[in-house]
Amino acid sequence: MSVGGITAMKIRTIGRHLREGRKSVFRNGWMTVSAIGATTTTLLLVGVFLAVMLNLNQFANSIENDIEVRVFIERTADESQVEQLGEDIEAINEVASVEYSSKDEELEGLVDSLGDEGKAFELFDQTNPLNDVFVIDPSSPSAADSIASDVRELEFVDEVDYGEEVVQRIFTFNEYARTIGLVLIIGLIFTAIFLISNTVRITIVARRKEIGIMKLVGATNAFIRWPFFIEGMLLGLLGSIIPVAAVTGGYYYLYYHLRDSINFDFVQLLPFNPFIWQLSGLILAIGVFIGIWGSVMSVRKFLKV
Amino acid sequence: MIEMQGVYKTYPNGVTALNGLDVRIQQGEFVYVVGPSGAGKSTFTKLIFREEKPSKGSIHINDLDLAAMKERRIPKLRRNIGVVYQDFRLLPRLTVYENVAFALEVIEERPAEIKTRVMDVLEQVRLKNKARFIPDELSGGEQQRVSIARAIANRPRILIADEPTGNLDPETSWEIMHILEEINQTGTTILMATHNREVVNRVRKRVIAIEDGVIVRDERRGDYGYED
Ligand SMILES: Nc1ncnc2c1ncn2[C@@H]1O[C@H](COP(=O)(O)OP(=O)(O)OP(=O)(O)O)[C@@H](O)[C@H]1O
Ligand SMILES: [Mg+2]
Repeated sequence: MSVGGITAMKIRTIGRHLREGRKSVFRNGWMTVSAIGATTTTLLLVGVFLAVMLNLNQFANSIENDIEVRVFIERTADESQVEQLGEDIEAINEVASVEYSSKDEELEGLVDSLGDEGKAFELFDQTNPLNDVFVIDPSSPSAADSIASDVRELEFVDEVDYGEEVVQRIFTFNEYARTIGLVLIIGLIFTAIFLISNTVRITIVARRKEIGIMKLVGATNAFIRWPFFIEGMLLGLLGSIIPVAAVTGGYYYLYYHLRDSINFDFVQLLPFNPFIWQLSGLILAIGVFIGIWGSVMSVRKFLKV
Repeated sequence: MIEMQGVYKTYPNGVTALNGLDVRIQQGEFVYVVGPSGAGKSTFTKLIFREEKPSKGSIHINDLDLAAMKERRIPKLRRNIGVVYQDFRLLPRLTVYENVAFALEVIEERPAEIKTRVMDVLEQVRLKNKARFIPDELSGGEQQRVSIARAIANRPRILIADEPTGNLDPETSWEIMHILEEINQTGTTILMATHNREVVNRVRKRVIAIEDGVIVRDERRGDYGYED
């Protein structure tokens, strides 16, 4: 906002505006309460959305990073052909590393991953039906698709698998979650700005005459606007208190208690510290933004006295 | 110096309040503006601190051309002109003290200076004991005196007083006149619109009489001249 005045503002005047803004918060009684209520509700929802979104994002990223392309080698291929295939794969763009895993190792892995149920497969010990495998680590998750199709062109490749469906689903889900979350958050923020500016506007309509008088006494627009600016900031800050406390408490509970009782092993929650400080800072910043914008917007048209 | 040439003022509703005004007032003069109700006295004073713009004609205050003046220069103009409004125009939610202090906060005066100055002027208008009251808790005359205190607080070069004795008993009226004369003695130009015959006739000053938006009389040491 423009702070242009006749002279640059002196420090003592900032003190005066702070005092006036603070007084105004108290003087406007239930108007203040309703503005704070609107901010609180918004920020609570925004805070929860943000916590969920950021965690989902992190979750999706970790899964994406786990993507590997598995190349099943034709059982008829001899040693040198397998070696040749390995070199060809390594030559493909965006292949970060290739690892060979024999069918025996594969069977072992399978048995291990299934636990007790896997015991049944031990019968296959003599006649292992699995293939030898090359495990490719793509340099980026999105490269998996092109790597897979390149590998399919090579000789002695029986099958290529990188969990296309799962990967695609995660990608799209993540995109949707991000978009919907952002739209909701932005929508909520604008609703709150609207509510605050309406609230402040009502108090300003009452103050319209006062603003006129102030201008007749020689007050600049900036001088009149500053206390409203401060008032908005305070409303935003006050409106952030409950959301910050609730989100912090909720996340603390989720992170330190609930996580142990439910088997959350595969979901890596963002660590409480520093995540909750970042989230709280974000909520405060949004609150202050909402408050300032709301009140400055509504004072603007009343300054043309 | 205040100088008006061929000034007309027609309000948006079509009422013509000023009908070709020519006047010149030197720095340090004390001028009564008299005339019947609705003659255009208040409108005349409002042009000087740019609460209203003339529809036609030119207004100069010293070297400042009010017609050409930029919008953002208006606050500075107003800080050099103290105004006592006919309808007081006090900030209803501020105390007497805060109302007067506001005029000084606007010019970013030092807080310590504000305090002593506000108490001084409240003393001058005999309202020191009501410093913590809000306007609604005051009588009309007391509100008027707050308005005067605010107008003189920052020692303006020009003081415009629209009916400053309108709501006062004779004794307080004389006190106010005394204050205005004191301020005038320091070189401040005083423009006082009034219906107070006794004051005008006893404290002789220049008298400008306005009727139907034109100056009908302008005398160095005039009298009130109307039968009430
Ligand atoms: N804001 C306004 N809008 C429209 N007309 C106005 C406005 N202010 C004043 N007038 C009209 O202009 C004319 C002059 O008004 P003004 O207030 O200047 O008179 P005045 O001489 O100060 O009267 P009084 O002695 O009663 O205070 C009146 O007819 C009034 O109705
Ligand atoms: Mg009048």
